Amino acid sequence: MQITALGDSAVIVRLRDRFEDAPDETLNEILRTFRRLQEAAIPGVIELAPAYTTVAVFFNPLRMINDGAKPDGVIELLVQRIDEALAGGRRRHKRTATHMAEIPVCYDLEFAMDLKRVANHAQISPSEVIDLHRGAEYRVNCIGFTPGFPYLSGLPDKLATPRHTVPRKEIPAGSVAIAGAQAGIYPQKSPGGWNVIGRTPFRLFDPQRDPPVLLQTGDQMRFRKITREEFESLNG
Amino acid sequence: MNVTVIRAGFLATVQDLGRTGYRQFGVSSGGALDLHAMRIANLLVGNDETAAGLEITQRDVRLRFEDERIISWCGGVYKASVALRSIPAGHSTLVSAGDELSISGPQQGCRGWLAVSGGIAVPPVLGSRSTDLRGNFGGLGGRALRDGDIVPLGENSERTNVWIDNLRAERIAQWSAPQPWSQTATANPVLRVVRGAEWNSFNEVTLQRFTSEAFAISPDSDRMGVRLAGPELRRTDDVAEPGEARQLFQERLRARSSEPNRKSWTTQPIEPIGCPSGRKRLDLVSEAVAPGTIQVPPSGMPILLLGDCQTIGGYPKIAQVITVDLSVAAQLRAGDHLRFSEVSIAEAHGLLLRRERELERFRIGLSLHDS
Repeated sequence: MQITALGDSAVIVRLRDRFEDAPDETLNEILRTFRRLQEAAIPGVIELAPAYTTVAVFFNPLRMINDGAKPDGVIELLVQRIDEALAGGRRRHKRTATHMAEIPVCYDLEFAMDLKRVANHAQISPSEVIDLHRGAEYRVNCIGFTPGFPYLSGLPDKLATPRHTVPRKEIPAGSVAIAGAQAGIYPQKSPGGWNVIGRTPFRLFDPQRDPPVLLQTGDQMRFRKITREEFESLNG
Repeated sequence: MNVTVIRAGFLATVQDLGRTGYRQFGVSSGGALDLHAMRIANLLVGNDETAAGLEITQRDVRLRFEDERIISWCGGVYKASVALRSIPAGHSTLVSAGDELSISGPQQGCRGWLAVSGGIAVPPVLGSRSTDLRGNFGGLGGRALRDGDIVPLGENSERTNVWIDNLRAERIAQWSAPQPWSQTATANPVLRVVRGAEWNSFNEVTLQRFTSEAFAISPDSDRMGVRLAGPELRRTDDVAEPGEARQLFQERLRARSSEPNRKSWTTQPIEPIGCPSGRKRLDLVSEAVAPGTIQVPPSGMPILLLGDCQTIGGYPKIAQVITVDLSVAAQLRAGDHLRFSEVSIAEAHGLLLRRERELERFRIGLSLHDS
């Protein structure tokens, strides 16, 4: 484990150097660390953010100083507190029953601007692309880019396709996409360079919900193929 | 009661002190790009520091008030006036029903923050009234203000009501905020930075140039970040040849600078790489970034992130602007030049603590006007 500063109000706790060698194991370790830091409720820590191999710890230096930290020793105290929180015996965390989320996708060509591109790249037919895509099980590695955007592992190797070198100016909300070995879903309309192969009628991010996201880091999911009619009725 | 937007200017948004606790869901902290200026403006009108105000960006804004309010503004070198009377930055000013406030400029800097007593009373979303322009939520319908918008205001506080009575004659208060807090734009600023996580992966010449040479601000800058042009920042293990990217960048810079009436103004965000497969040497696994982070993409042209930045990034982080200097960063505009100088984290905390103690004295000073 390595702790580095992200400016004067955050540190990054890095647990591993690489993610792709052991995605599941790394993800479980990150989630464990995230929960432990949450439970430790270190005074002055205001927010935690997991991502792949790291957990970022955001803090308010003034609150830490008010709480007794020396003004020139805030980081040292924080690092010590983080070490304490993560040391000690292996507390057994009940693994929250992992439910398998199901995200409906309509793969109609109207929505799937890059289905042919992915098929050509894999040298298979578009329907084989769809079958491979919906047959796999995915896991949310990280949420980022735009609010609620899930970065997914679990994409069948055959479907790995490089992103567009020139990103599109606008990708519609709900677009289900592929870039390199990762899969993802655009919760909002935004510019982007991933290969779009379908669209979900589900709202992945809704600021009026708590939590605002449908998928969280660590969640497992799969895609379910739906027709255009189902898409319209679910979209209502 | 409301305020009517007669002219919304280039980009005016409702902002408060931003969101905490939602980065894990990809939600930016957002809020006023100069949180300190927003706090000061709020204190000057008798609001809680956390009240929502308006952030204005370049070009003219005009607002009409329906009832008596105290207003104040901080930020770049704008000209503000009510009924032909000029209102200096950092002063509490009484406006009456029907009064029109006009803010024009800025001659220097980029943004201004306006507080209105009672605060802007849009409903909080995810714990904040700030407008998230990429997520399209918060503020007024998740978008920038438009001409003709009606913006709801909250009730004046007891303190504000006392001040209103005291200001009936003079209209503009004698008291004011310290000038460095209310006028935050400076020519050719030096931004203080602490080392970023990948500082050591840049070569020695690069680090030396980074902290000594000037960088120009590109027009491709917005609430997410400021793009900079200057010496190429190369890593020791750099394999890319950034010459071409650099040339393109500078051509774009020249083209954009000669466009006086640009309608859009955006950095065109792209997805962070996430987890790179096959691991090119320049790709890192994405991890947290924050306002103030200075990332270096393969072009070698750094990007300084601001309040609406993405929550994660995959570019190497050479340095990070310290919290107190984010006020200066919020005033950078195309064509300006800046330099960086390195400080320690302890120094950054010392500066923050000193400012907070001065702010505490300022608060106490303001309370003397309560009777």
